Amino acid sequence: MGENHAPVFIANLVSRNRSERIWKNLLQISTLIGIIFLIVLLLNIINQSFGYVAIGYRVPPAKLVGPGQTLENLDIPQLAGILRQRVSPGLLKQLENDTPLEQFSQVNLVNLVMAKIAKPEVVKTWSFWQSLSMREEIKQEVGQLPETRLVFFSWVRPDLVSNSQSSNPLIAGVRTALLGSLWIILIAIMVAFPLGVGTAIYLEEYAGDNHISKVIRTNINNLAGVPSIIYGMLGLAVFVRNLAQLTSGAWLGFSSPETANGRTIVSAGLTLALLVLPLIIINAREAIKSVPDTLRQASYGIGATRWQTIWHHVLPNSIPGILTGTILAISRALGESAPLVVIGASTYITVDPANVFSRFTALPIQIYQWTSRPQAEFRNLAAGAILVLLTLLLSINAAAIVLRNRYKRY
Amino acid sequence: MIPSQTKLIDEKVTSQLLKKRNRLGERFIESTLVFCGFISIFITLGIVFELGKEALPFFSSTDFKLIKFLTGTTWQPQIKLFGVLPLVMATLTTTVIALLIAIPFGIGIAIYLSEYASVKLRSTIKPTLEILAGIPTVVYGYFALSFVTPFLRVLFGKDVVEIYNTASAGIVMGILILPLIASMSEDALAAVPRSLREAAYGLGATKIETTYRVVIPAAISGLAAAIIVGISRAIGETMIVALAAGAGPKFTFNPFQGAETMTGHIVRVSGGDLSYDSIDYNSLFGISLLLFFMTLSLNMLSQWVVRKLSEVK
Repeated sequence: MGENHAPVFIANLVSRNRSERIWKNLLQISTLIGIIFLIVLLLNIINQSFGYVAIGYRVPPAKLVGPGQTLENLDIPQLAGILRQRVSPGLLKQLENDTPLEQFSQVNLVNLVMAKIAKPEVVKTWSFWQSLSMREEIKQEVGQLPETRLVFFSWVRPDLVSNSQSSNPLIAGVRTALLGSLWIILIAIMVAFPLGVGTAIYLEEYAGDNHISKVIRTNINNLAGVPSIIYGMLGLAVFVRNLAQLTSGAWLGFSSPETANGRTIVSAGLTLALLVLPLIIINAREAIKSVPDTLRQASYGIGATRWQTIWHHVLPNSIPGILTGTILAISRALGESAPLVVIGASTYITVDPANVFSRFTALPIQIYQWTSRPQAEFRNLAAGAILVLLTLLLSINAAAIVLRNRYKRY
Repeated sequence: MIPSQTKLIDEKVTSQLLKKRNRLGERFIESTLVFCGFISIFITLGIVFELGKEALPFFSSTDFKLIKFLTGTTWQPQIKLFGVLPLVMATLTTTVIALLIAIPFGIGIAIYLSEYASVKLRSTIKPTLEILAGIPTVVYGYFALSFVTPFLRVLFGKDVVEIYNTASAGIVMGILILPLIASMSEDALAAVPRSLREAAYGLGATKIETTYRVVIPAAISGLAAAIIVGISRAIGETMIVALAAGAGPKFTFNPFQGAETMTGHIVRVSGGDLSYDSIDYNSLFGISLLLFFMTLSLNMLSQWVVRKLSEVK
């Protein structure tokens, strides 16, 4: 027979196996890197949310109290005395408008003394990692500063959720922004849910395979890919500008110079409704499609009409899927900020929204504004707010997963 | 015994019962649903019409020339220079950097998950990547500004890398679209029939040979669609560039310098006090319209690619 090919074949095999191993490792590494990205992202935020803060005071609390005492263990008359002694008469009158200082609670008085007299200010902040690794240097550095106290501070804390916006990062919170987000999402879902489910029912149950329904389907897929900022521009042109009369609430008698321009919660909610509509439609269609046809035929067989079949059989069986899609839409709306900036979110609100015709801000907007400030302490504050946002999103998504697993039938 | 004169079936009654009834309720519900179905069409028309209407004063003003709009390298509406290129260039820079990160890693992850990983590993990694996809973009912007930019400045030197730069925004944008590309590509690879792989193994091919000679060619339409959707997402991405890429349109090829993208420009200008019918206001709608048609054509292209190039049905 001919010459022996075996050595060539074996050499070839060795190199092929080597390239197999190399590629496998490369693919493994790329997967690992993907996961490392996620971990670094989360660690970075946690790193910025905790750490040492050097706090300086206009008047240090130690100077207000006698030796060996702290503000917290003074009693009410003592605290009221400090306030009467140090605060200007005009402010005192304002404070005592309803009740005299002596009837305030002790905690409130301590807070008042801190806010009106001591006035804590951030001098410098350190990240969690720096606080751990350079502890001695930080302590030394702060020791040289006069009237400055070093505390280990957690930027994400109950006060962050319950306080409203402030220019002092130590007491600023996301309360207003959180309430704004809730209002906006409520409106968005109230508008988008019926429209979205209605569209899905029409497409799956009524429209045949004709030209129009094909156009609608393609159109919905395209809408899902439109950048969110375009929806913002649409909202700006339609809800804020053209419909300012409606969205400012002027037709219901809500008139205020601040919201007459239509930059209100309603406008924001309607804009986000347009944004999440394709998402709700696509998910609802999938859910309705997964209901087996036998169910419909059984229903028609005993004489039910089309709507009776949909209402009594198709919808009850697809509602877990529809709700899961809606929850995903909520979490999308909760994290969305670009369209809200475009339609004119307010930069600084300290009062809770009174009604849907109030000015608005939202949690991601608040994060955006704090992040874009140059001072480091606002970056830390933004990291705390991000943790609040991520916690909310995580619990919403967990709810979606539980819902899907518990009620999924088809 | 049934008496012959009593009829079991009254024909008059049955014909009445079987006649198609005019159910007003059903008709009302159906027309409401049809209306819902057309809402999505109204939204698309609304985008084109409203954006076009607000942009019209800009496009029809005497200072506007289409050639200068598309080729001019200075964007300064205040002194009537409307060259959109600096904004488009910055958008392209961030998009290209994002793709350099997202395509190799995204498709690498997709191949690993669909061809190599065990079922158990896949069912842990896929949800992890979905978490990455569900994080709001403002958080990515924060990450770019507080981690990636300082990192780049340490790596390349503070005098080379500006505080706001397109490289940092692009890298983080790559991380943002990575799970999208990975997940869509994995779906495409997983849809390739098992029999094709088995035929290749039967001929003695190794796993990676099977992957790039058989599986990838069979799934190429899905992979292409994934990349196109990723590009469209990167072009429209806003918060990352608004936070990290810099303010002020600037015509530059240097990714370590700050430059403003189309979306970044829209956010910065509209976030300030914007008066209606000013040149700033109208030009924003012009940019938006351009952005809308860019992403729309990319999305339609990706759908077309899936339809036309699918080899395996």
